[in-house]
Amino acid sequence: MNNSELIAVLASILLQASPLMIAVMGETISERAGMINLSLDGTMLLSAMAGFIAAYETGNVWLGFLAAMIVGAFFALIIAFGTINLKQSQVAIGFVLTILGDDLSAFLGQNYTRLPGPTLGRYSVPILRDIPILGDLLFNQNVVFYIAVLLTIFVWWFLNKTQPGLQLRSVGERPEAAFARGVNVNLIRYAYSIAGGALVGFAGAAYSLAIKIGWSEGHTRGIGWIALAIVIFGGWAPIRGAFGAILFGATKTLATVLQSKFPEVSVVAFNAIPWILMIFVLLLVSNEWVEDMILKLPKRFHRPLRKFLRVSPPLALGEEFEKK
Amino acid sequence: MRVEIKEIKKYFGDVRANDGINFQLESGNIYGILGENGAGKSTLMKILSGYQSQDSGDILLDDKAILFDSPAAGLFAGIGMLYQDPLDFPPFNILENYLLGKSKNINLNFSSAAKQVSALADQYGFEVDIKAEINTLSLGERQQLELVRLLAEGAQLLILDEPTTGISAEQKEQLFTSMRRMAYDEKKIIVLVSHKLDEIQELCDHAFVLRKGKLVGQSEVPCPNERLVEMMFGSLPTRRERHPSVHDEVMLEIKDLKVATYRIQIDGISFTVNKGEVLGLAGLEGSGQGLLLRACAGLEEIDGGEIIVDGEIINDQEYHQRRENDVAFMGSGRLEEGLITGMTLTEHMVLAAEEHDFVINWKQAEVETKSKINTYQVIGQSSSTADQLSGGNQQRFMFSMLRTPLKLILLENPTRGLDVRSTNWIWEQLYERRSDGTAIVFLSADLDEVVDRSDRIAVFSGGKMSRIVNANETNVDELGHLIGGQE
Repeated sequence: MNNSELIAVLASILLQASPLMIAVMGETISERAGMINLSLDGTMLLSAMAGFIAAYETGNVWLGFLAAMIVGAFFALIIAFGTINLKQSQVAIGFVLTILGDDLSAFLGQNYTRLPGPTLGRYSVPILRDIPILGDLLFNQNVVFYIAVLLTIFVWWFLNKTQPGLQLRSVGERPEAAFARGVNVNLIRYAYSIAGGALVGFAGAAYSLAIKIGWSEGHTRGIGWIALAIVIFGGWAPIRGAFGAILFGATKTLATVLQSKFPEVSVVAFNAIPWILMIFVLLLVSNEWVEDMILKLPKRFHRPLRKFLRVSPPLALGEEFEKK
Repeated sequence: MRVEIKEIKKYFGDVRANDGINFQLESGNIYGILGENGAGKSTLMKILSGYQSQDSGDILLDDKAILFDSPAAGLFAGIGMLYQDPLDFPPFNILENYLLGKSKNINLNFSSAAKQVSALADQYGFEVDIKAEINTLSLGERQQLELVRLLAEGAQLLILDEPTTGISAEQKEQLFTSMRRMAYDEKKIIVLVSHKLDEIQELCDHAFVLRKGKLVGQSEVPCPNERLVEMMFGSLPTRRERHPSVHDEVMLEIKDLKVATYRIQIDGISFTVNKGEVLGLAGLEGSGQGLLLRACAGLEEIDGGEIIVDGEIINDQEYHQRRENDVAFMGSGRLEEGLITGMTLTEHMVLAAEEHDFVINWKQAEVETKSKINTYQVIGQSSSTADQLSGGNQQRFMFSMLRTPLKLILLENPTRGLDVRSTNWIWEQLYERRSDGTAIVFLSADLDEVVDRSDRIAVFSGGKMSRIVNANETNVDELGHLIGGQE
């Protein structure tokens, strides 16, 4: 493999990871507010389908994305209403919607399978694209990639540096304390569930309109579950989540390469690599000895390392809040 | 600032948490609100701080009636409450915690927050590492931080709910010093909610005593402990006559028992309880009596000493083994620890049975459950779920599941929330078991019950056990002294 081939492979890893990053950001903000949207797999299928049809019928990709975001937001709205107002389990509703989204996408999209439609293309950033290596890797990419990167940075900034982001996190950690500070807990949960759902919808359409163009039954099946896993793997933090998505893409590519080298081994075995790796990393990070190791290092490294390595879910994840 | 509480009422179903409470608070004073658990202190303070709203009655702030729809509104009006478990955000760092909800600006201004927190902490003599995350702090530090936040928001009336539970003696001193300063130098109103007499005596100028949702008395403090104890518990009833049934043999022997939790520790207590004897444990809630019961039941790990039941050391036995060996425990949380919400009475009976078949014979189980329901006069069906029963019937049903005979019964608040009839019935059941040689050790927040039902009484105070007194020879003065920690 020569240099340009390597760059092409790396660029493709980044591109493949982009929609996953977007879905991970959506689920991250939702879960940081305490709301589990388990329906990701169904939402993405349905929005991939809806996005494709809308773009196909109107000839405008952005209307396709808009339709997909509405679908995603709508599913998230159902979960928010069902859990906040009707006091049902987030997991139960999410799970049912997963199946519903899958079946509904197959049914509604059956007349639109394997058709050519409008797509979101590549955009070269002037000047920056001429940087050697990095230019080809980062600045001569599909628009979805830029959106994913900017979104990741934005979500990180929003969560960590702004008052609304702080309020978002507070309702996911300790809603009763957030309420005591004057935060409208359920309104915030509604808002970020819906925003998160819309992003997941966008991610679904990113497949059918940019990455894996077109629509066919089960077009993105499995991706939603992967995104859910990466949110956990990323420790509910945007930057780590984005790395998780890229790492996942890289191991997937690695699996493809290995498979061509060892054709006698089953494909399934290679597909398991990313998962095994993830479980391994999670075990490593949650282990006690990480803390021991951190404590052996000079004191000024303790906090940043702990922040980077230790993972804990939002304390009130999946819990309902009721004003007493 | 002047706060007037007028005829505040708050009912939860049949429970009158606050039943027409009146009092006034003036600037520059430290007030104590005293009362046993369930007396209505917390409810009243939550109403005052805006966390709950009253059913009726008024709160006047400088002669203006106010009604808060949230704690944030309360704080905006100058009333701040520090909860026993501070309402902060453990994964956040100190500045994030401080800034949350503070301003409408999008951007968080960490550097000015850092200055404000440091300045206030300095002013009150607290040490904070402003980069730290809340979950690395001790409870005392979290309280200090929350106080700083409330002060920064302009709180003029500060309510502290049991602030000294779980903090070190040094932190307590620091807290008290800063509270005095806030009251006497800065003319704020400080309200200390507590069931610890010595703290109220040490810190406050004036104490209000609540009992069963009513203000039953008030006093300038310091004053004699007995006076407060009498207000808290009411006067003692005359003991009813009954046959003592104490045998000569020892059933339970405790030797130099040591148990430590982060809240409180028992450091070396010894006593014996004979067969057929009833030992009552008195004391303010959380003084160590619960820890003792749980240690005997095998629910709390012990750090030293011996627990001997009927001549056998049971230190190494786990809860289930002790249960097999006829040591029964009933906690005060009936639906939390005793019964299983959502499961029927028949299902409970099957679970509690001494022997289990793999396939359940439901018909037979139901017949047995019905006969228990009859014998124990439980109002409910064999198909009712545990949570459908009233408190008294839950308690009766739990008694019906105890095996016979038992060597030792350990009880927490055996009749809490029950009416007189159920209470008497439950004690009759307990007394009946004494003829089998069963020893009974119980704690109760109701001092009347301890005096009336026990053969002997041990009083706990701050983890220490008093000498054991005979129930028919003691009086309220003596118990008041012991509860207050004086021999």
